Amino acid sequence: MIFSLDLLTEALIFGVLLGSFYAAVSIGLSVSFGLLDVPHVAHPAVMILGSYLTYVLTTYGLDPLVAGVVLMPLFFVIGVLIYRFYYESFERRGTEAAVRGLAFFFGLAFIIEIGLILVFGVDQRSVQARYIGSSLALGDYRIPYRMLVAFGVALVLTFSLTLYLSKTFTGRAIKAVAQDEPALRLMGANPVRIKQWAFGIATGVSALAGAMLIVVGPVEPAMDRVYIGRTFCVVVLAGLGSMTGTLAAGLILGIAESIVLMFSGASWAPAVAFGLLLVVLGIRPQGLFGR
Amino acid sequence: MNFTRRKVIGAAGAAAVTAALPGRAFAQGSGPVKIGMSMPQTGSLGAGGQAALLALRMWVEDVNQKGGLLGRKVDFIVYDDQTNPANTPGIYTKLLDVDKVDLLIAPYGTVPTAPIMPLVKQRDLLLMGNFSFQVNHKVQHDKWFNNSPWNDASSWSDGFFKAGQKAGAKSVAILAADQEFAQNLANGARELAKKSGIQSVYDQNYPPSTTDFSSLIRAIRAAKPEMVFVMSYPNDSVAIVRAVNEIGVGSQVQIFGGGMVGLQFTPNMVNLGSQLNGILNYNSYVPGMKYPGVEDFLSRYAKRAAEAKVDPLGFYLPPFNYAIGQILEQASAATKTLDQKKLAAWLHANEVKTIVGPIRWDKNGEWASPRVVQAQFRGVADNNLDQWRKPGKQVVVHPEEYRTGEVATPFEKARSAK
Repeated sequence: MIFSLDLLTEALIFGVLLGSFYAAVSIGLSVSFGLLDVPHVAHPAVMILGSYLTYVLTTYGLDPLVAGVVLMPLFFVIGVLIYRFYYESFERRGTEAAVRGLAFFFGLAFIIEIGLILVFGVDQRSVQARYIGSSLALGDYRIPYRMLVAFGVALVLTFSLTLYLSKTFTGRAIKAVAQDEPALRLMGANPVRIKQWAFGIATGVSALAGAMLIVVGPVEPAMDRVYIGRTFCVVVLAGLGSMTGTLAAGLILGIAESIVLMFSGASWAPAVAFGLLLVVLGIRPQGLFGR
Repeated sequence: MNFTRRKVIGAAGAAAVTAALPGRAFAQGSGPVKIGMSMPQTGSLGAGGQAALLALRMWVEDVNQKGGLLGRKVDFIVYDDQTNPANTPGIYTKLLDVDKVDLLIAPYGTVPTAPIMPLVKQRDLLLMGNFSFQVNHKVQHDKWFNNSPWNDASSWSDGFFKAGQKAGAKSVAILAADQEFAQNLANGARELAKKSGIQSVYDQNYPPSTTDFSSLIRAIRAAKPEMVFVMSYPNDSVAIVRAVNEIGVGSQVQIFGGGMVGLQFTPNMVNLGSQLNGILNYNSYVPGMKYPGVEDFLSRYAKRAAEAKVDPLGFYLPPFNYAIGQILEQASAATKTLDQKKLAAWLHANEVKTIVGPIRWDKNGEWASPRVVQAQFRGVADNNLDQWRKPGKQVVVHPEEYRTGEVATPFEKARSAK
């Protein structure tokens, strides 16, 4: 093993960038699973769908990130429709909603995956932009621009969602529905509409996260499977429903993983995420930033 | 009739043993000849698998047009194993016990093939290998015939190491996926390095779920190797090439590459474009290599591939998969039977003529005369599919009989070489 201060600094820089990337791909799930208790295992598949639609839009000359923003309203509507179906078919019907809902979302993930294979084939798809394939040189350090983009997207998503949830009426209603749904109903609000709206936001955010995903690396239809464990790990580690907690948890995972990759056996890297999760849940069952 | 308890138990036992017997009457039935396999059509090997499958289907169509095998039509039964080794034993059991296939072809790749080796050995069946690496090394099945241009680890990495030594490299960094294929190859590379007096300055396995390789490439740069030998799977290979272009591996590196799967798939070659320049990597076929019939096959394949939306050029796997069909065709025609034992004996004793050249097997069922190509990407432009159709963009530096040029070094300089 080679150790130097330079290498450690670089491991920390890469860790922060990787961690931001993890936070950005998890933040939609932080809303749907963390705040709404919906077992949305199809979240990574929806994100991959966002990556593919971004790919399609870039063939018309659009920048990948602009394409991601353009797709957000469409994904918002898709999210609203998915939640409505989930609510009518499972949540409304009783206490086993979570278990049956899990099967529904697994099914949805498979449908998206197979649909992508039928339309695009199994080949990897990637996009091109000025910030892909080049890096920022800071002395001896080389920082890939695509990872800086991930960092930027994570910050924008985290702070926009935090502000939205704390400063707007609907945002506060979303937090309220997560804390005490009957109380919200007694105050005259419709929890289902609020949840529907929140799920729409979570899905809309996934479109931008999907665009970022295809900027960071090529995607293929079955790639969602790689992210199911990691995204749930970030959300649970953060403490369900905390946006800034999601960013912090992503950063912790990213830095730990980067240090392991650079200085220790890379094979241990996947164990870092779940090892940290076990330790945190043992000490603080509500997660790092959960109440 | 007088039934005693002993007689009944004896009869039941005999029936059970008979039912469980592995032996199959593969012989001369009427009706179609069933050939079965699983193929990775989704997952990390899916892109290669679909192209390979198209080639096999082309062979089935061709052989049926000529009247089939032994005058019987060929029925081709194939399932998607999703590049998941857990799926293949079940699929091959179904092929044998439910579909009752007559002949088996292995799935593309080492990882999906390894788990079916005990099954075929136990049932003593002929299995045509399909670009696997050393899966029969420990099993030692005498009816295994791999159709891939390599044999042992040195047949694969020898050309790469020789090119590095020629450029004066004395140290190596080894980066390998935590998968059967990459680990087999890495073990061979370690031995070869030791034997050649090359110092290993970095040796790392990475898990298949690795998303970003920046940290690993930075660690390699810090180790200051003069050769970097990478054994990766398709998705990882693309990510590694990108990270190398962004971060660099250091000016002392003479050659980089060796065992990166996926850089032979046309969509990846087109997407990565100029980022591939300078990389010296293994291949099975590059334009300019002359085998009888291969160019005709590739032009027919290109038309079908466009319709099927699979790898448009198909240099890497499709000719070899078509050749698997040719091998079965020649063996059955020569022996006039589908008897597994007789087919295996004939294949061990004879050379077959295919569109990837003449093939003879050693006692382990691997190519007796391996010809792994090590070719360097040179002067590759971005977003240009047609450039790959002609010779020149992949300069063959090994083996000697196909050599079209010298390896350009050091790696950083080779990236701008023509």
